[in-house]
Amino acid sequence: MFATKYASAFREKAMKRAAVIGVGQTKYDSKRRDVSIGGLVREAINNAMKDADVDWDAIDAVILGKAPDMFEGLVMPELSLVDAIGGVGKPVMRVHTAGSVGGSTAVIAASHVCSGSFDTVLTVTFEKQSESNATWALSPKYPYSPHINAGAGGYFAPYMREYIRRYNAPENIGWIVAAKDRQNALLNPLAHLHVPGIDEKMVSDTPMLWEPLRYLESCPSSDGACALVISNKKLAKDRNAAWIKGMAVRSEGTLSAGRDEVNPQGGKDCAKDIYNQAGITNPFKEIDCAEIYVPFSWYEPMWLENLHFCNLGNGWKLTENGTTSLTGDLPINMSGGVLSSNPIGASGMIRFGEACLQVMGKADKHQVEGANIAMGHAYGGASQFFAMWIVGKNI
Amino acid sequence: MKDIYILGYAQNQILSDAGAANEVELIMPVVHEVFKQTGLNQDNIDFTCSGSCDYLQGAAFAFVEGLSAIQTNPPIKESHVEMDAAWALFESILKIQMGDAESALIYGFGKSSPGNLDSIVSLQTDPYYLAPLWADRVSLAALQARVLLDRSIITKDSMFDAIQQAMTNAQNNQNSLVQSSPSLDQYLDSEFISSPLNKFDCSPISDGASAMIIGTKEFAENINRKFVCINSIHHNIETSNLGARDLTTSKSITSLAKLIQLDQIKLDFAELHTQFSFEAPFISNLIGLQDIPVNLSGGPLSGNVVMAAGLDAIGKSYESLLNNNYSNALAHATSGPCLQQNMLVHLERKQ
Repeated sequence: MFATKYASAFREKAMKRAAVIGVGQTKYDSKRRDVSIGGLVREAINNAMKDADVDWDAIDAVILGKAPDMFEGLVMPELSLVDAIGGVGKPVMRVHTAGSVGGSTAVIAASHVCSGSFDTVLTVTFEKQSESNATWALSPKYPYSPHINAGAGGYFAPYMREYIRRYNAPENIGWIVAAKDRQNALLNPLAHLHVPGIDEKMVSDTPMLWEPLRYLESCPSSDGACALVISNKKLAKDRNAAWIKGMAVRSEGTLSAGRDEVNPQGGKDCAKDIYNQAGITNPFKEIDCAEIYVPFSWYEPMWLENLHFCNLGNGWKLTENGTTSLTGDLPINMSGGVLSSNPIGASGMIRFGEACLQVMGKADKHQVEGANIAMGHAYGGASQFFAMWIVGKNI
Repeated sequence: MKDIYILGYAQNQILSDAGAANEVELIMPVVHEVFKQTGLNQDNIDFTCSGSCDYLQGAAFAFVEGLSAIQTNPPIKESHVEMDAAWALFESILKIQMGDAESALIYGFGKSSPGNLDSIVSLQTDPYYLAPLWADRVSLAALQARVLLDRSIITKDSMFDAIQQAMTNAQNNQNSLVQSSPSLDQYLDSEFISSPLNKFDCSPISDGASAMIIGTKEFAENINRKFVCINSIHHNIETSNLGARDLTTSKSITSLAKLIQLDQIKLDFAELHTQFSFEAPFISNLIGLQDIPVNLSGGPLSGNVVMAAGLDAIGKSYESLLNNNYSNALAHATSGPCLQQNMLVHLERKQ
């Protein structure tokens, strides 16, 4: 009938620019017993507001994201958290898009600003996994359906085995990723896991959980929150800001004929969309560093291919030759990544926020020298929900 | 700001118990219906957004199943709010305003029959101080009804009138679940669930789904459906601490009425997301709706699909504007205990 318009030219003309002017995180840990759920989100918010140097008067809306309500046993917690998140009297939204929620919440928060209806918004995501049991919550018994008591690791392990089979990848690739991300985490005081002396050998000595994943190749369960302050040109132009150059989401159904779970079309399309918006033609060359959602070691090489950083079958080679290390050509997960801190609902936003810290030059010991363009990535569900953005130092 | 039009809306027959029909089976008919109304298909939709509550289905990630009701190959731009689908509409409008989309599909769904809605909704309250008391939705609403009665802001008569009016109006809504009104004696003799509310004061447990398509003016013109425009849409929320709220009024609703400039609009009718009898007279008094019809569809007292009922208020307003000689409508959506979070929408018929 008539074509939909996704052309970047159309977008640029219509879209108002937005930038992240403040990033706030909590200390991540397996049990943050020192704070309530409200105290946890407020810790991240206070840090973000301080980083942005704005008052509450400046905040026009608050957008909260988290993974399933069952992880804490609360229904629509934005209602009871409204005071802690500073939302009283303001528009408050609650996003839930499975594991990608931290990323998609950032995209929706930025959409508030890009729509022209809001000048500055606060967005926060969290998970307090110690309040419940995620693997229980992830293994629901649906009425009228067979019960898959899998949890995330068991669910994704077959995808990784298929990746290894397709490209004949050596088994130590997963160990390299697990050791590299935890070594990066040693440079990030907020990271949940600090494993001194971690190396490939230590990873390979841990017990097998879900073939091919060993214990240290899996993400931890964490308590934590991450918050961002996102503003328009008016407020951001004279500040140290991370300018959003492209952002997108994609979803695909859980089951459909021809769906490639190893290299999902939704991820490929989403990445192309943000590269188009940002004017990036060679992501490997033009992106200085990336925080991508790697909850299980093998997802690093799998996403490198899915995100068009290299050709199919070459992802594991980039991991193997050190390209993705902190000092490599394309540093990945400088903060330690999901493998080192995993408050599920916040994990995507931490990726998006860490990408901002890199281009703002605020990543301290895990800073990539001269990072101008960085990527944040999140995925969720059965590898079916994707959220991504590109941020840059300059407008 | 771009003008945004409602292009189609569909609601299922509301059921008290949809039985073995799962959420996908509830969503598919309404999505097909809005596509039929508009002559569109998923390929013409730039953004899709849904509203639902995992806890109703009793499973984390239950909303993911909903995606099976629509075409997602090739992958789509899609999102989900754990809120009433009225907020999925709000998110879709942001996407259109920012230039990321010209059209959007919104759907909301809920099955309250399999679980215990009172226990589920009580988990919306503060987890440390209030949730352990299992303060249920009817008891919390009763707190507000009691204080409104005691201050003579509403009367038992106005509550009964609201029920009668809702049931009379529901007879014109083929999808409504309940259409029969109690007699005054039946009403007064009915046992309290939580004083002063009895079963007639409460919306019924309902299963169902609804869908809507919106688009820009140009998009609406292209498919010859430039009829009803969303002129203004705003939402906000009050504190979660009930003790800190003045339940005799609603700061949220009165401030939203100012934001949409309600005093400048010559309203023909309003559709309010009023899940309890006293809420319609309360909100009507609060923002001056006494002289116009409220809930021509029967409203939530005649069928209340949790997570879709707010979108239904907007959708039913659209239908009434489309099918009657009306020009301006007010739609209201709400969430949380004692009308904690609210949205007001001004809809105008353009042709």
